[in-house]
Amino acid sequence: MTDLAIAVKDLTRKFGDFTAVDHITFDVNAGEVFGFLGANGAGKTTAIRMLIGLLTPTSGSARVAGHDIYAESEAIKRSIGYMSQRFSLYEDLTPRENIRLYGGIYGLTLAQIRNRTDRMLSRLGLAQVANQPVSGLPLGWRQKLAFSVALVHEPRIVFLDEPTSGVDPITRRQFWELIYEAASRGTTVLVTTHYMDEAEYCDRISIMVAGRIAALGPPSELKRQHGVDSIDELFVRLARPGDQAGGAGLVRPARAEDR
Amino acid sequence: MSAVAGPPEGGPHRDGGIRAESISKRFGSTLALDKVSFMVEKGELFGFIGPDGAGKTTLFRILVSLLIPDAGRASVLGFDVVRDYRALRQRVGYMPGRFSLYPDLSVHENLTFFASVFGTTIEREYEQIKPIYIQLEPFRDRRAAALSGGMKQKLALCCALVHRPDILLLDEPTTGVDAVSRREFWDLLGRLKQGGLTTIVSTPYMDEATRCDRIALIHRGHLLGVDTPEAITRAFERPLLGVRASDRYKALLALRKYEHAHSAYPFGDVIHYIDKRVDASIDAIAHDVKTFLRASGFANASVEPLTPTVEDSFIARTEDAA
Repeated sequence: MTDLAIAVKDLTRKFGDFTAVDHITFDVNAGEVFGFLGANGAGKTTAIRMLIGLLTPTSGSARVAGHDIYAESEAIKRSIGYMSQRFSLYEDLTPRENIRLYGGIYGLTLAQIRNRTDRMLSRLGLAQVANQPVSGLPLGWRQKLAFSVALVHEPRIVFLDEPTSGVDPITRRQFWELIYEAASRGTTVLVTTHYMDEAEYCDRISIMVAGRIAALGPPSELKRQHGVDSIDELFVRLARPGDQAGGAGLVRPARAEDR
Repeated sequence: MSAVAGPPEGGPHRDGGIRAESISKRFGSTLALDKVSFMVEKGELFGFIGPDGAGKTTLFRILVSLLIPDAGRASVLGFDVVRDYRALRQRVGYMPGRFSLYPDLSVHENLTFFASVFGTTIEREYEQIKPIYIQLEPFRDRRAAALSGGMKQKLALCCALVHRPDILLLDEPTTGVDAVSRREFWDLLGRLKQGGLTTIVSTPYMDEATRCDRIALIHRGHLLGVDTPEAITRAFERPLLGVRASDRYKALLALRKYEHAHSAYPFGDVIHYIDKRVDASIDAIAHDVKTFLRASGFANASVEPLTPTVEDSFIARTEDAA
């Protein structure tokens, strides 16, 4: 065994004659904050769905938390946390009920759930709204709660799919502090985002373009290599090479990750 | 506000933009807009910058006559948004935040449909929509549902323009769209502005503020300021430093414990540190902070004065408003 949280080799997924993910290879170290970037339709969501055991690859291999994605997808689901921008909490349930539900799903004992619920609520400053339906909470609070819920079973790896979309700037920063905190406790974090400044918070990033990984490394090193001042600049350069007509020529069929 | 007479004939806003006076709107126990007042001049590219739940969509819906304010009044192109809604609807182009085209119709069919609703045709309006339409043309027969996120937004913009409106209101056209498509979209808006079109855009992305002539920062139903992006950032008066250290998270926690710290937060690859001492020179403060970090074990930390961004200003203003 190695201490790689994620090891991916030549992972490929085709839909008909369309290759959504095309021989991608990368590793994520334990405790790393890894930014998984790419334009809409570049293949990020397809890649993530394979890594979390929801989609079978066409070819290639990957191990997540030490488990093989073909043979051990159930073990993977138990070892990871997942939070998406769109859905992560039951809005009719209260924070306390959501934590209990997810804790139960992941097989925690009632004592463990009770214990972690109180700790979690007080750390997030949500104790006073613990028994109100989630639907009434501000988006930023919900996102912070969703992140903690994704960590309730203390997974080795957490996948965050655009966790900060539309969140106000203060909450966005508080959210990133939760990410740092989790990473400092040894949790591996794989995060996607459309905020290019957030890419710079990551230890390493990859940028997917048309199903392939076009750049991989620490943000500072990538900027130096490509002679750019920001990841935003690098992203634009890579995602639309030889841009002539406003990028129209490079648009690929829409997929689940599109709006 | 007491009752006021209708829009003055030939008044400054008769031929152009927007005037909103003290607009309020409540949904149940939520005050979505709280006495919002602002003006937009003809030809301006004006941005509402704020997070989800700030009130942007409610405000836009009021401005295009889809929602009636509880209090206050607004006129768009000189038309009162409540009384003159029929005339107003003929003259505004509106792109809602949620994708609202017909997913089963092709690009061309959607556009033809929206043109026909306003009694016109693509051919007759071609000059107006040309810069966008040429980008969509390769996908003319593709179903709208099968377009990429960026292309969907371009099609929606095209549909909002096809009846040659005098003012354009775009509610979060770039949300959820990748950084490259966002940039392309703003380039298009810049081109429309050159053609003289008055445009109001909302966005949660603070970095897009600099593409606007003027912006309004909006948070929890309140305007936190209305001005040019430069003036908004110039009004940021606290000493702001950028700190780089090898362990950012530990450095962040350490900085917050510094006796003169007002706040510290992560911002891309630097920590933005704000000092409480408004009277000291920025270089002296930078020196002190560096000394403090060295003494706290961050030998390689670098500290330098920073120019505030719109996002720094937004954070400072929301804190002051709280």
